[in-house]
Amino acid sequence: MDILQILFSDSFWAASLRIATPLIFGVLGALICEKSGVLNLGIEGIFVAGAMAGWMAVWLGAGLWGGLLVAAAVGGFFGLIHAVLTVPLGLSQHVSGLGVTMLATSVSYFAYRTALPDLSSPPRITPFQPLDIPILSDLPFIGPVLFQQTAMTWLALFLVVLVWWVLERTPLGLAIRAVGDNPDAVDAQGLSVYALRIGAVVVGSALMALGGAFLTMSAFDSFFFGMVNGRGWIVIALVIFASWRPRKALLGALLFGAFEAFQVRLQTQVGAFVPSQVFLMAPYVLSIFALVIVARRAEYPRALLKPWFKGQR
Amino acid sequence: MIRIEPREAPSRWWTLGVPVASALLALLLAAIPLAFAGANIIEAYGQMAKGVFGSTFAFTEMLTRATPLIFTGLAATIAFRAKLWNIGAEGQLYLGGMAAVVVGTGMIDAPAWVLIPVILMAGAAAGAAGMAGPAYLKTRFGADEVVTTLLLNFIILIFLQMMLEGPLQDPLGMGWPQSEPIVDNGILPQLVPRMRVHAGLIFALVAAGIAHILLSKSVWGFKLRAVGENAAAALHAGIGVRRTLMGAALVSGALAGLAGVGEVAGLRGYLTTDISPGYGYTGIVVAMLAGLSPIGVVISAVFIASIFVGADTMSRAMGVSSYLADLVVALSLICVLVGGFTARYRFVRTNKGDK
Amino acid sequence: MSQPRVLNLNAMSKRFGSVVANDAVSIELNRGEVLALLGENGAGKTTLMNMLFGHYLPDSGSIEVADADGKMQPLTLGHPQAALEAGIGMVHQHFTLAENLTALDNILLGAESLFSWRHKRREAKKKVAAIMARTGLLAPLDEKVGQLTVGERQRVEILKALYHDARILVLDEPTAVLTPQEADTLFENIGAMTKDGLSVIFISHKLREVLAFSQRIVVLRHGKKVGEIATDDADQQVIARMMVGEDTPAIPREMLKPGAPVLALKSLTVKGRSARTSLHAADLLIRAHEVVGIAGVSGNGQTALARVISGLEAPDGGEMWVGDTRILRFTPPVMQEAGIGRIPEDRHHDGVIGEMSVAENLVIERLGDPLVQNHGFLRQKEILTHAEELSRTYDIRGPGIEAEARLLSGGNIQKLILARVFEGQPQFILANQPTRGLDMGAAGEVARRLLEARTRGAGVLLISEDLDEILALSDRVMVIHDGRLSAAPDKDRAKIGLMMAGEPV
Repeated sequence: MDILQILFSDSFWAASLRIATPLIFGVLGALICEKSGVLNLGIEGIFVAGAMAGWMAVWLGAGLWGGLLVAAAVGGFFGLIHAVLTVPLGLSQHVSGLGVTMLATSVSYFAYRTALPDLSSPPRITPFQPLDIPILSDLPFIGPVLFQQTAMTWLALFLVVLVWWVLERTPLGLAIRAVGDNPDAVDAQGLSVYALRIGAVVVGSALMALGGAFLTMSAFDSFFFGMVNGRGWIVIALVIFASWRPRKALLGALLFGAFEAFQVRLQTQVGAFVPSQVFLMAPYVLSIFALVIVARRAEYPRALLKPWFKGQR
Repeated sequence: MIRIEPREAPSRWWTLGVPVASALLALLLAAIPLAFAGANIIEAYGQMAKGVFGSTFAFTEMLTRATPLIFTGLAATIAFRAKLWNIGAEGQLYLGGMAAVVVGTGMIDAPAWVLIPVILMAGAAAGAAGMAGPAYLKTRFGADEVVTTLLLNFIILIFLQMMLEGPLQDPLGMGWPQSEPIVDNGILPQLVPRMRVHAGLIFALVAAGIAHILLSKSVWGFKLRAVGENAAAALHAGIGVRRTLMGAALVSGALAGLAGVGEVAGLRGYLTTDISPGYGYTGIVVAMLAGLSPIGVVISAVFIASIFVGADTMSRAMGVSSYLADLVVALSLICVLVGGFTARYRFVRTNKGDK
Repeated sequence: MSQPRVLNLNAMSKRFGSVVANDAVSIELNRGEVLALLGENGAGKTTLMNMLFGHYLPDSGSIEVADADGKMQPLTLGHPQAALEAGIGMVHQHFTLAENLTALDNILLGAESLFSWRHKRREAKKKVAAIMARTGLLAPLDEKVGQLTVGERQRVEILKALYHDARILVLDEPTAVLTPQEADTLFENIGAMTKDGLSVIFISHKLREVLAFSQRIVVLRHGKKVGEIATDDADQQVIARMMVGEDTPAIPREMLKPGAPVLALKSLTVKGRSARTSLHAADLLIRAHEVVGIAGVSGNGQTALARVISGLEAPDGGEMWVGDTRILRFTPPVMQEAGIGRIPEDRHHDGVIGEMSVAENLVIERLGDPLVQNHGFLRQKEILTHAEELSRTYDIRGPGIEAEARLLSGGNIQKLILARVFEGQPQFILANQPTRGLDMGAAGEVARRLLEARTRGAGVLLISEDLDEILALSDRVMVIHDGRLSAAPDKDRAKIGLMMAGEPV
């Protein structure tokens, strides 16, 4: 009875979409990287860097959209480090990604502490506000769910369509998919394997950073240490769960958001009987389950994790 | 055009020199954030050195810090040698700590020479169990162990919170999420009077010695390396790949568990959710900096511990954020990756006549 | 030869380190001509073509290509893009296709400006259909390449080159993976293409097809051009002598009476994911003193057969007997215990661990042996002595027994594997593609060792794509097609060829 009430409430669906938004940015970014054959475990740190940089830029007066640009640029920069280490140098994508996560996280924390050494309570910015579209946002149910989200949620949904179109319908997307499947095929056509992969990792990392920025610029209005809290790793699991398909990735992120929104609401009802940590654990456990279920039949990009050097076959 | 070509055989000088050079370079690069923070760079380095070598206390503090790093560094070394990406040492460390608390807070009443080994074994077993799951999911279902171990870290930490607010909570702790203290017979002895460095360091050094012998001299180590370098060929040659991977997983998890035991039974005396400032993750850097050599792990753990302890002192004295230490650690990892590359490959300028 | 010139390679030279791969090689090609580039492994054929296609930059030499109007223009060297634009298409021996993409996507790759906002798929499909109609090269365009047969993949590769308006087509060992009949069809298609003015260079070491399908033959040896001859004036002996510099010695084989059975498969069945990875009720009997060759185009069930015998996969039905023991568990150690020596198909992937030393690789199959270990610890000194002995006996050359195995050449890696396998005096040897990619010297060494084992009393199962090798070494020949094994009535090349294609004989 109570559960049905949750499922039929508009606030539940609105929250699902809100919680899913940073994950959508993240899965799109990770998807682009992995489609080109590069696993980017820097995502966790890039989330942190995007959250910090975007927020800091706004706090320093760059404006919200300026803040997003800064976040994307910072994400792209850390992506470039990962790309240089793993593409032309062919180093372990696992270790390099973890290194980038450590670097991006520590740089962000250090920069935040250095800029704001003495503040005990974090300063706030004015974040993105819900788009109050006349008429549409007054529609019953649909209004609150869809039309009272912030511009960033819309940006995320638009990017899903854009990324899907580019990957599936354009020559560039074809080249990216091909380079993640068989770099030799791309090389034989005179295209640059390195340029495609580096480009994909940089752009993908920029998208990841936007996901981080959503946390400080839309979901909340300030930056905390540890606010990303494993979301990056959940994204990596979601991409595998989605078998590297943009539409499935969107679905995965939405399901995940719905699950989180649901458990928060469930918690308020059964919290007295079940320790709150059970609910906190749930998303991570769910991610592992999702991974195990699809692991065997996931269609990995065949060149994922495999370094490629020009002139060596 | 610049082309990359493999070196015939990496020279010994490179293999030894690269980690040292990377560590120094990372330390040097720290000058950039220091400058951003507006600190006097020379003074900052001086403070860091003082924080490590300035007194017996400083030096033993550094060794205390190095102890868990040796364990987690060895955990990463063993796993990575088999190309098993155990990124879950952080969680396994806490599992070890939990096991230590479970058996060491009064459940068993025994003299120290019985209780301490029991605690160590319990911690090792708990850590091993923590890695057995991901290893099983990998060998049985093909689930990527990087993601599962990373996610398990969060699960274990939340589970720990639950335990510390529930069954493991100290009834005399005034509601704080902390465990009961380890009984006196279960506390690892101090090595230097009035200093915090404890017998865990000895255990860590012994573990490094054993790991070195196992990896380089035993059939088990041979199999581990074979599976890590080329699992298909190892399988074809008759080596049980799954079994070897599972063995590596258990040993790796056990070592990480011991790191937790050391922190709980050697340093703090009780368990909280913040006994590790990321020792599990830092262990990966320790292992990479050591070139996955157990003896090297000891040296690089001492280096990283020095960075942390030195940065703490510097931070207190000069008001620069101690996140600088994490920054240097991350930079060392990236430097050693690139350095390791230059040991195996070289850049060749191609103005004429090459691929 | 009244046709206009389309390509000049002028004194092309290329060295890799101390090895001279090409030494001042000059080649001309005319419009509509089929030129065969012949030479044994390592003669420099592929290097030369890789320079033409811009994959390698030559040390010296120049290339001129006719433009669309027939005027000779110098080609920018070292840039595949320039070669593509000049109308040169190359089909590599290892296909460069992305298996997760459709055939059409593979053809389109690189054909459009990267930054256009959508594919022009409909137009592209029309153009490909027109090429297919003109040349007879048919391939299912909307299927993923991973699902296609080897022959179809090759046609996709050629279609890709033609779609990019290639006027000169280079085919690197195009028939290596085809049945003789498929190969004939391919050359018919090539014939149709040359009528349109396409010029073709094909690389081969098969004398038969070179004689049958080319108009001119250029022979390379040790990186030098050693002969050029109009095909009409050539015969097998002439070009074989050009190729190897002397008459090819036949491998001497003693007449031996087969002994007791060493390996028997009784309706062994493997249910693979596709017909090509399956085995249907295979019956096979190999006796001592006997080499049985399995002929077949790769991907017809050889892998399943080899995996079962190697202990890498358990069959879904049927029995396997070694001597008079039935194999019940299919794992590599069981096979080793039973006395089976296994030479894997992909020696780099399955045969050695490149990052471990030669000495370590030599003992990897006998880690339980008390000579190698003592209570779980390696006996380093004994391992090194053992490696020294073996590398002397088997003439393994390289930077030493303590050096990493990856530093050895392909031939020496194979010698390492031979040493490991033959040392245990196995009663049965599985040799899967044992000479693939080796030069003649190393290949001869492998053949000699296999025949030696036969003389000693071992049974040998030889799986090879090289029909000549099978005919030269085997006492009996079996043919595998679509996972079905059948005995060839005699060692008749034409009949075996038909059986390889699945035709009744």
